[in-house]
Amino acid sequence: MDKPTNLKPRLNVDPAFRWLTIACGFFILLLLAGILIELVHGSRLSLDKFGLGFLFSQSWNPVTEEYGAASSIYGTLVSTAIAMLIAVPLSLIIALFLVELAPPRVSRLVGGAIELLAAIPSIIYGMWGLFVFAPFMADHVQPFLARISGNLPLFQGPPMGIGMLTAGIILALMILPFITSVTRDVFRMVPAVVKESGYGMGSTTWEVTRKVTIPYGIEGVVGACFLGLGRAIGETMAVTFVIGNRHEISLSLFSAGNSIASTLANEFTEAAEDIYLSSLIELGLVLFAVTVILQIAAQLWLRRTRRKMGVGL
Amino acid sequence: MRERSIAVRRLTDLLVRALSSLAALIGIVFLGWILYVILVRGMGAINWDFFTELPAPPGMPGGGMGSAIVGTLLMTVLAMLIGVPIGLLAGVFLSEFGRGTRFAEWVRFCTNILMGTPSIIIGVFVYILLVVPLKSFSGYAGAVALAVIMLPVVARTTEDMLGLVPNALRESAMALGAPRWKITLSIVFRAARTGLITGIMLAVARVSGETAPLLFTSLNSPYWPRSLGEPTSNLTVTIFNYAMSPYDDWQAMAWGASFLITAGVLGATVLTRGILWYRSRNQ
Repeated sequence: MDKPTNLKPRLNVDPAFRWLTIACGFFILLLLAGILIELVHGSRLSLDKFGLGFLFSQSWNPVTEEYGAASSIYGTLVSTAIAMLIAVPLSLIIALFLVELAPPRVSRLVGGAIELLAAIPSIIYGMWGLFVFAPFMADHVQPFLARISGNLPLFQGPPMGIGMLTAGIILALMILPFITSVTRDVFRMVPAVVKESGYGMGSTTWEVTRKVTIPYGIEGVVGACFLGLGRAIGETMAVTFVIGNRHEISLSLFSAGNSIASTLANEFTEAAEDIYLSSLIELGLVLFAVTVILQIAAQLWLRRTRRKMGVGL
Repeated sequence: MRERSIAVRRLTDLLVRALSSLAALIGIVFLGWILYVILVRGMGAINWDFFTELPAPPGMPGGGMGSAIVGTLLMTVLAMLIGVPIGLLAGVFLSEFGRGTRFAEWVRFCTNILMGTPSIIIGVFVYILLVVPLKSFSGYAGAVALAVIMLPVVARTTEDMLGLVPNALRESAMALGAPRWKITLSIVFRAARTGLITGIMLAVARVSGETAPLLFTSLNSPYWPRSLGEPTSNLTVTIFNYAMSPYDDWQAMAWGASFLITAGVLGATVLTRGILWYRSRNQ
């Protein structure tokens, strides 16, 4: 009897396909390692010359070829801190509104609108920040803050509009949707039974939120904050437009400053000397290292939370 | 526990409710404010010349962003051609072949980290990788930078979307004797088609509005792009340069370009979200 022809051994493509996908997965590992290696390699001139002092020196002088990262790091930290101080509480209560208070239809609409904030490109925040929001800050918000704060050094100096405070507020707006959407999902995962027992005891909505919902989902919220933090630290264009670009540290939030990302954006193409370029690349290396550490922390934290709650985030 | 009168508790509750509604309102007000400003200031600069002409020197009437529009489109398409296939295949690995393996854990971990890497760092990386050895800023370098940003997003979305396809579908195909690659490409992909396409569209939309990775890869240029081997004109870097210039007419052009970018990115985002929502409601 003849063998059925369609059982003839054919060319087996499967191993090739499998290895192709493995190669593409490996390519991502390679890319990440490549970024690290290239950044370290590119910054070796500055690493050799300035050593650890690079991180603490405030000088940034292309003429004498002295470079230090202190003012950029300070600006990054301060603008990010302002952003987190505003965005975290705001996201929390917006999430509360979306989950507990708003009717489903309103919740979907408002939630969608908040998520749209994340879709606006960062250069658009920059345009709006520089031409619309900074003048608004200079005319209304900064004089008001200066008046009510008395002698507090944080709000001293001429209200120019641009500066740390404005950059921080715009950053807050940009990370708000990320924190809100994760927080909202976390709040939604709290089992209804748990909340209902709270209500059954006669608690008000706020009491249930504060004593049941938030403690139940606190780990997920912390993870969301990590993610927001990682975004804020590396944000470039919006900050570059409004932070003022000045290599000096000053205590007042009204004064111009710079961040690591804004320094890179402004000066990278102007850096003619090798040591200048190398210092900028080292700034990039610092930023990369910080974001990677934050990401790893966030990943590990979220993984732990996921295991504990038994649900995907 | 401390006793508190019901009136105080009710009042606190009311206060928090008011505050949280106010917070949601603040978010919406800012969104509306930004969109309103972009619309009002941007529309004034948009006309036929805006799409067809080269940028004019400051002080000269007319001029447009034709070259920048073409450059942005070219680089985005090239970035898509590089980033999407690799991202798709990496996603296939994570979802189909690597499930549960240690190596896949590592790949997923690194994909997440790459996704959180600031785009300006990707710009520096591609500058060292391509611009320095080739001794020239080029549209290719810009496209590669955009592709690197797109890659992890596409990989993760692919994994998520393929994960939604029920295993029974794969098993029935296997029972019929289909090889793995055929199952993946013509059955699993087809089942996850809508999700994959929307995921890719979201990634492309996000990348087309990026500025930071282009600043020192594609740079910018006042001419029509003749080849991607030289500095290539693009919308976002042009916005940056024009906005920072002291000339009113250049700033007006920057608003026009901002409008175009926002309309494109938000339009694509809303459209894909709408499709996703519509599909999930009908299933």
